[in-house]
Amino acid sequence: MSHIVVNTLTILRTFVCVSEANSQLRFAQTGEQIQRMTNSTFLRGTWVKLTLVAGTALALTQPVLAQTTLTGAGATFPEPIYTKWFSQYQSIGKVQISYTANGSGGGIKAVTDGTTDFGASDMPMTDEQISAFKEKQKGSILLFPTVLGAVVPSYNLPGVSKPLNFTPEALAGIFLGKITNWNSPEIAKANGGVSLPDLKIVVVHRSDGSGTTFCFTDYLSKVNSEWKSKVGKGTSPEWPTGLGAKGNAGVSGLLIQQKGAIGYVELIYAIKNKLPYGNVKNKSGEFVKADLASVTAAAAALKAMPADFRVSITDEEGKGVYPISTFTWLLVPSKFADSSKEKAIVGFLKWAISSGQSMVESEDYAKLPASVVAQEQKQIGSIQ
Amino acid sequence: MATSTLSQQDSRLAVHSLFKRARGGDEIAYLLTLASAVGILVIVGLIVVELWINSQPTVHRFGFSFLTGTRWDPNGDHFGALPFIYGTCVTSLLALLIAVPFGVAASIFLAEMAPPGISNVLTFLIELLAAVPSVIYGLIGIFVLVPFNRDYLVPVLTHLFGYLPIFKGDFYGVSFLSAGLVLSVMVVPFIVSVSREVLLAVPREQREASLALGTTKWETTWQIVIPNASTGIIGSIFLALARALGETMAVTMVIGNTPKITASLLSPGYSIAAVIANEFAEASGSLYVSSLIFLGLVLFGLTIVINALARIFVITTQRRGS
Repeated sequence: MSHIVVNTLTILRTFVCVSEANSQLRFAQTGEQIQRMTNSTFLRGTWVKLTLVAGTALALTQPVLAQTTLTGAGATFPEPIYTKWFSQYQSIGKVQISYTANGSGGGIKAVTDGTTDFGASDMPMTDEQISAFKEKQKGSILLFPTVLGAVVPSYNLPGVSKPLNFTPEALAGIFLGKITNWNSPEIAKANGGVSLPDLKIVVVHRSDGSGTTFCFTDYLSKVNSEWKSKVGKGTSPEWPTGLGAKGNAGVSGLLIQQKGAIGYVELIYAIKNKLPYGNVKNKSGEFVKADLASVTAAAAALKAMPADFRVSITDEEGKGVYPISTFTWLLVPSKFADSSKEKAIVGFLKWAISSGQSMVESEDYAKLPASVVAQEQKQIGSIQ
Repeated sequence: MATSTLSQQDSRLAVHSLFKRARGGDEIAYLLTLASAVGILVIVGLIVVELWINSQPTVHRFGFSFLTGTRWDPNGDHFGALPFIYGTCVTSLLALLIAVPFGVAASIFLAEMAPPGISNVLTFLIELLAAVPSVIYGLIGIFVLVPFNRDYLVPVLTHLFGYLPIFKGDFYGVSFLSAGLVLSVMVVPFIVSVSREVLLAVPREQREASLALGTTKWETTWQIVIPNASTGIIGSIFLALARALGETMAVTMVIGNTPKITASLLSPGYSIAAVIANEFAEASGSLYVSSLIFLGLVLFGLTIVINALARIFVITTQRRGS
């Protein structure tokens, strides 16, 4: 009987040692310091006990557990920049953030169910989704635009090297299945001097539900009334025509192989994979090539940003504005039960919309305009 | 104090007798195997119950018309499963149509005709095919099979059989045909490795007796060995069918993901597993999500129905044969 008590005491004592080690490590600034501390006599003693009782594996994970950890899930489109941000911020803010790119819908679901600390989405949450969050989490959810992206029409047209110009009518007509040949007058009209082949148009669209599809169909719904009534906007609408391909990779795979194919992909994906893409006519009547400047211009052209940032910036009016642009948002609950998590997320958001923005363009994302950043800083203050 | 010692003694006795009985092992083996068997049933039951509960909004809204509906419009809250059921059946049957003759023939060669050394090496290589991740099959499908179909196979097919409705219409590569071909490669290893084992298990005496009666080697294989192994071969085909019905990744990459019912194998289509994988992550709204979950239940039911039909078919043909 008595040896059981002794055993329990030993185990308890070891736990105390571990938590002591944790509290020391929590203040470790960098990996170097952790290294230095690991070498100190006090810790060496702790490590020995730990190794004896819990095994080396547990001991090795201790420095990581000592930091505040945040989990997030959602949109795949901003994943590259988020991953970069999170790894940079880990040493700045002593916060470890892990992110699962399982799609915008997945992000909204995860933060609503409380399975992650925050979500991420390429489309603004709907009223229905926001009230579902309120009902489940007894608090409100805040949307923070982080970067901007764009969707571009990409195509495989042998013999045409110059970027094609697309009018909204031509794009809607093609994706409605009404314009079926590349040499049709609707396309030729905007492309004087380009000899368009007599080739059947093969429409390719995303088959997996996607924020890219949402942005593209949101644009078509704004510029074409028939599209709006027949198809509408959504992450996977009922396509009137065409082939469905999984992911940006699937769409580009079909585009590369199928002569006469047209599809839509994210701007970053098109740039990184050197896919040809066309210019799109904006509301002011110019044909604009999608690039970082023209996408930021779309956000800056927004006349009135709503207080909750739920806004679509497709088909904005203004000089040099690329019309199929979108924000991507982080979805952050306004209340955190754990104050260390609250501090961590506030710190990260402040950093991401200020210093973090300088890393954005090297990853081919468009920066937030200054006016949006100022408005977001106010909203950060309301996180409790 | 005294009672506690007594009960301690009692429990010691109980443990002792349990060990004594366990030496024979019968009871324990019975209980363990029973628990495993019941456990599997319980898991299957729980899956069905869970799917059924979560698909209630769709069941209430559409009822049986969900199974016969042909429109899939998440924006308009309009959900019908028929194009997906059709696509799943067509691609799986096409895969079996191609894989069964090849698979059975290969297993006969490996078991009956090839020298043992070659047979073992080939079997190992064929079983490797089963270990290739399905996304690899999908990628090979997109980048190799689809262009090959478009440039060589389909022009020949339409030239020879273009009058048949199953080979009519435009071909863009991704289609029922491509999905069926990819699936057939994926299910062949199941047929070959199981059938070969079954053929090898046919007693040597059976072959010797037949050969002693003056039959050729092929006659022995065809009339003695294969009928003996037929149950096992059919079992391997069921296994292949189950794999084909549920395959997701490779199919979605080459089927074209278009929920339409067309007679032509050259047209793009959709399958149940593919639409669930494609749309579940981004599905918003309870009716949309529950429709996808109900599709999962439909796939479950479809597997059971097809398996049952196949089994009935086998039983009736075997009776007629004997």
